[in-house]
Amino acid sequence: MAYLVNTPDQRAEMLQTIGVGSIAELLEQIPAPLQMRRPLDLPPALCEIELEAHMKGLASRNLARSRTCFLGGGAYDHFIPAAVDAVASRSEFYTAYTPYQAEASQGSLQVFFEYQSLVCRLTGLGVSNASLYEGGTAQSEAVFMSMRATDRHRKVVVLGSVHPEYRQVCATYLHQVGCELVVVPTPDGQADPAAVARALDDTTACLVVQSPNFFGVIEPVAELCRSAQQVGALAVVSFDPLSLGVLKRPGDMGADIAVAEGQGLGIPLQFGGPYVGMLACREEYVRKMPGRLIGETIDREGRRTFVLNLQAREQHIRRDKATSNICTNQGLMALRATVYLSLLGPHGLKELGELCLRRSRYAAAALAERGLPLAFAGPTFKEFAVRCPGGAERVIARAAEAGFDIGPGLLKYELPGVSRPEELCLFAVTEQRTKAQIDAVVEGMAG
Amino acid sequence: MRNTEATRMLFELHSPGRRAALLPACDVPPTPVAALLPGDAVAESAPPLPELSEPDVIRHFINLSTRNMSVDTHFYPLGSCTMKYNPKRNERLASLPGLVDLHPQQPAEQCQGMLELLYEMQQMLGEIAGLPGVSLQPAAGAQGEFTALLVASAYFRSRGEQRTRVLFPASAHGTNPASAALAGFECVQLKGTAGGFVDLDELQAQLDDRTAVFMVTNPNTLGMFERDLPEIARRVHAAGGLVYIDGANMNAICGITRPGDFGGDMMHYNVHKTFTGPHGAGGPGSGPIAVRDFLAPFLPGPVVERTTGREGAAVYWLAQPEHSIGRVRSFFGNVGILVRGYCYLRTLGPQGVREMSENAVLNANYLLARLKDVLPVPQGDRCLHEFVASAQKLKETRGITAMDIAKRLLDFGFHAPTVYFPLVVPEALMIEPTETESRETLDAFSDAIHQIVAEAPESLQRAPFSTPVSRPDDVRAARQPVFQWTPT
Repeated sequence: MAYLVNTPDQRAEMLQTIGVGSIAELLEQIPAPLQMRRPLDLPPALCEIELEAHMKGLASRNLARSRTCFLGGGAYDHFIPAAVDAVASRSEFYTAYTPYQAEASQGSLQVFFEYQSLVCRLTGLGVSNASLYEGGTAQSEAVFMSMRATDRHRKVVVLGSVHPEYRQVCATYLHQVGCELVVVPTPDGQADPAAVARALDDTTACLVVQSPNFFGVIEPVAELCRSAQQVGALAVVSFDPLSLGVLKRPGDMGADIAVAEGQGLGIPLQFGGPYVGMLACREEYVRKMPGRLIGETIDREGRRTFVLNLQAREQHIRRDKATSNICTNQGLMALRATVYLSLLGPHGLKELGELCLRRSRYAAAALAERGLPLAFAGPTFKEFAVRCPGGAERVIARAAEAGFDIGPGLLKYELPGVSRPEELCLFAVTEQRTKAQIDAVVEGMAG
Repeated sequence: MRNTEATRMLFELHSPGRRAALLPACDVPPTPVAALLPGDAVAESAPPLPELSEPDVIRHFINLSTRNMSVDTHFYPLGSCTMKYNPKRNERLASLPGLVDLHPQQPAEQCQGMLELLYEMQQMLGEIAGLPGVSLQPAAGAQGEFTALLVASAYFRSRGEQRTRVLFPASAHGTNPASAALAGFECVQLKGTAGGFVDLDELQAQLDDRTAVFMVTNPNTLGMFERDLPEIARRVHAAGGLVYIDGANMNAICGITRPGDFGGDMMHYNVHKTFTGPHGAGGPGSGPIAVRDFLAPFLPGPVVERTTGREGAAVYWLAQPEHSIGRVRSFFGNVGILVRGYCYLRTLGPQGVREMSENAVLNANYLLARLKDVLPVPQGDRCLHEFVASAQKLKETRGITAMDIAKRLLDFGFHAPTVYFPLVVPEALMIEPTETESRETLDAFSDAIHQIVAEAPESLQRAPFSTPVSRPDDVRAARQPVFQWTPT
């Protein structure tokens, strides 16, 4: 086996110390009828040279590598500075365990405390946890948290413009506990505040809003938050962290809980994960929060020290009464986000947001001129839905032939109230996409 | 080498006007933001993030990394956590262009290589489990438990059965009851035998038509094989329930015995433990589940399927199982971790996977033999991949606790074992050396423990002495909670 360290002689001596003649004798603890009598049916072992060749072969069959990415729908091709990779590849970080032994884990603990501090500043809310799995489960955790905070367990209202996979995750999570998930249709690609108000009542635990939403449209977040709070429900706002150099922070618009997919913060696309789920809230709800929380304290000499705090909320202490079942979180991805935000700073965040905004609007206008108009009238940030008369798949195929990936097409999603979804596809423009690339993809799509 | 940089906070390095990341100039019309967005949506100013230079940022974080213990720098015998060597080739290969930069919305025909890899991973995990239905979607072990319980629930519903209770032994990981509660089940905890095993009579008394799932870790958290599992499974099945195997301790049994062969109907893996994830200071993990064929139609989607294309070549595509419970997260799963696990399994092959577990068992038994004279192991002289020693006698005779030993070990350059878990052993020290440690390291660890238990208890209570900080004031942390940096 590739990573064994003890020599055959050493193994023999170790068996002697134990007082057995063979490893098979040690394994007699497992009843013989239960032991495998044949080797596992797995592919044969590869040495490092063979493995690298094999993996390069697999990678070369993923055609995306030589293409230009305008794909959106919840993950985005943002740039990752080399300094993020340099820090994340420090094995003192990536080969450490959860920082239960504070004295031996001050590096990780301080990073996660800094992560929490940056997320508070980013969202305008008082407390952030140390990460959840990804955007979809973060939203579901916020829903469960709202149910605990309001003691309302029967009804949750979510906008139809929220990412359909996040809504599906929420439906899966809520199905079993008998809580109704009311979806308010968004035929115009954004919330109708009057329809939302009608859906809310004094049994509603929370309203879930995403802005910019799945269609890229900016929602009237402040008005929707007020509407939820008027019936005693919490306002859960799913945001795009990279929009906050330009758009108002969720905390400043009245969100009680803010959640996000943090993939854009220096985390590679890697076919869907690992990413990082962000969750921040008003301080009054801290004891209802899921996941780990890092706190500051002092050691015996009075030095600043970081520890896991309020662990009595968590599964390893509270078991079936815990605020969540989460144990392993996304530590290394939170580290990437921390380094990314440190490098970007307030000016970088603002410039990045303005670049995404201007270039995506330029693209939208150019597409509209070529007969591919915006599907919805609401204001957008970096992503938008295009209406393709005659079908989105043909346009996606034309772009693909020209070397560009756009989409996803929206036919595969459940989108309540949205008409002719077969004509719709998403189009996202990150700070990496140039005017020349935009001009070329528009040409390709228009055909 | 005095280093004062490492203790400063990111925010204390801030100086207005410093920049690290610079962005391209705007190459499209620079329309004012106010003309593009409604006024009430626009931020008056950017969030108050610190302003830093790239050299500042790098020195800050690299210095912080030196304030950690890690597998690459220290022996890390944390019980139940499988802190084994994380192969460097896995890191390099997971970062190959074509894998790391693959967008999750890429159409299937453009990512056949990735889908083939994930399909093979499903096959390999099904074979090691002896359970053919595999979902790679869960993000971590706890989500795997939750997902499997939802699968069980959907299965019972499809049969018109209302089963409401999940049973588990007292020695179970906290995630078992937490996942069961999240999935809407009533939790029933079993005391077990004095030796830490499942008590068949106690189990039998609880089994009835309300029983949905019995969750059990095997090998259990004492590092012992539940020899009665076939009988346990027979009784649970007779009551109409299902058996869930918590796969946290799979490192002991891969290629030796299989959950599907000893009575399990469902299980999860921790790819970040058994198959060298790595742990990432708390994650990301990956918690695939494997289930019996009759449960496979209920798995979350998407799963990868294979068909034969026109020219006889394999074609891979994403499918939704027929009666799927739905999604438990967005996109496919924690693919980056699955790719590392795939590289590991392809490196080991069938023989290597078995040798991995055999040597994990050898190392644990060797360390048990070296330590038992000073740290008794209540379960006896044999274990599988880990064992739980007790400092109870040391506490009674000399006032030395498990915590004291754990903290003092840090001074000797060893990470502490897991302490005070499982609760069935008083003053527990749960020790899992893994197969990637040398005899020399195990001997040095044993020597350190022998030296520590001879030290003065009053001194031990102040340990550790050589770490960047000493024991933290946890009471202050809880009473005056501080969760973010604020200017003083």
